[in-house]
Amino acid sequence: MLKLRVIPCLDVKDGRVVKGVNFVNLRDAGDPVECAIAYDRAGADELCFLDITASHENRDTIFDVVSRTAEACFMPLTVGGGIRTTDDIRKLLLAGADKVSILTAAVARREFVREAAEKFGSQCIVVGIDAKQVAPGKWELFTHGGRNRTGLDAVDYAREVVALGAGEILLTSMDRDGTRSGFDIALTRAVADAVAVPLIASGGVGTLDHLVAGARDGHATAVLAASIFHFGEFTIRQAKDYMAARGLPMRLD
Amino acid sequence: MSVALIDYGSGNLHSARKAFELAAANAGIGGKITLTSDPDAVRRADRIVLPGVGAFADCKRGLDSIAGMNEALNEAVIAGGKPFLGICVGMQLLAARGLEHGETAGLGWIAGDVVALKPADPALKIPHMGWNNLLARRSHPLLDGVATGENGLHAYFVHSYHFIPDNPAHIIATVEYGGEVAALVGRDNIAGTQFHPEKSQKLGLALIANFLRWRP
Repeated sequence: MLKLRVIPCLDVKDGRVVKGVNFVNLRDAGDPVECAIAYDRAGADELCFLDITASHENRDTIFDVVSRTAEACFMPLTVGGGIRTTDDIRKLLLAGADKVSILTAAVARREFVREAAEKFGSQCIVVGIDAKQVAPGKWELFTHGGRNRTGLDAVDYAREVVALGAGEILLTSMDRDGTRSGFDIALTRAVADAVAVPLIASGGVGTLDHLVAGARDGHATAVLAASIFHFGEFTIRQAKDYMAARGLPMRLD
Repeated sequence: MSVALIDYGSGNLHSARKAFELAAANAGIGGKITLTSDPDAVRRADRIVLPGVGAFADCKRGLDSIAGMNEALNEAVIAGGKPFLGICVGMQLLAARGLEHGETAGLGWIAGDVVALKPADPALKIPHMGWNNLLARRSHPLLDGVATGENGLHAYFVHSYHFIPDNPAHIIATVEYGGEVAALVGRDNIAGTQFHPEKSQKLGLALIANFLRWRP
């Protein structure tokens, strides 16, 4: 049967991992490729790079990172951050990304999702949704790391981008991100149940129980986390064993 | 031994080439893995791999747009009997027809249609995306030493359409996703995987090594 996915996410800036990965002895903990290889060996089900490079001049650093990662890791790789055009997508896929995650550009122009899906196939188009709760049972879509309101309802927006061809949703609760207090389960479930495509839950993981809740109660088909893995608090294997022990279908190859 | 990975504009093939190189090195098989869009290179190769991501019709169009490629493939694989592996849409192209966004003729090497996945359980998501076990229907050299079954190794899938061969004997292994879905198909010197061996870590590298050793 299909297994739930555990996805570590690395923030990459100017070709370097922000903060770095400290769970194994890496020669260079800031090298995204070394971190990716470590997660590949640790049994991660996929890997996510979020490119937070701000300056335009350094935007191309991510292509080299992706290309070197794809040559060394035999696992799926998703890359998000700063993707504005189908040419950006093409370059990332040619560098070796399996999927790209688009956020702001899709909010600005919804047709971009359709164009991307038609050109490259829905299977490689992930649409990111950064959401904040605005009323009980209501979440609004935000951009720019939670600073800019869009006025769009997160659940309606998810339905819309899936209809346009998004093959997967990467849902982040901006209320929970960085708090280590767990996923926003009500949000996760509202979006997961509203769409027919897989959903990656993100934002707020601090314990292994949070991962369990994201899948079991939030109906996510994948769970994404950063700090709990990067700093060696838990290994990927511990997370997967823990989830399996609670009856969730996990890959323990 | 030379392996031609056909490059017809369907996505990045560097990771596929690396996976084949690593599998060959691990298995102690010498040889050269080449990305090529040259029909003559396909004719000269000992083994042929057809990858593919995206839509069936787009991939077929890409293949058709290389002058002489279909002829070279037929010569090498059908007349020449060289081992052939199709991956993902490259596997679906083995079919006679693809029914994704209209009807498109495939290579027609294995009779059957490629149709939309419709899992019996409506809660199951489309695409079928992630790691799933292979359920072997019969033994096959490509599965030598690969643990199959619910407690076996996993392969990475990402697809919304699937291949239904007319002859069930052409299905070597399936995957369970709201019903049985063909995961590995084949006949004679021809095989195809719906999953991505180049993204499937242990199982993938083992299957690729088996393909490199395969003497159909």
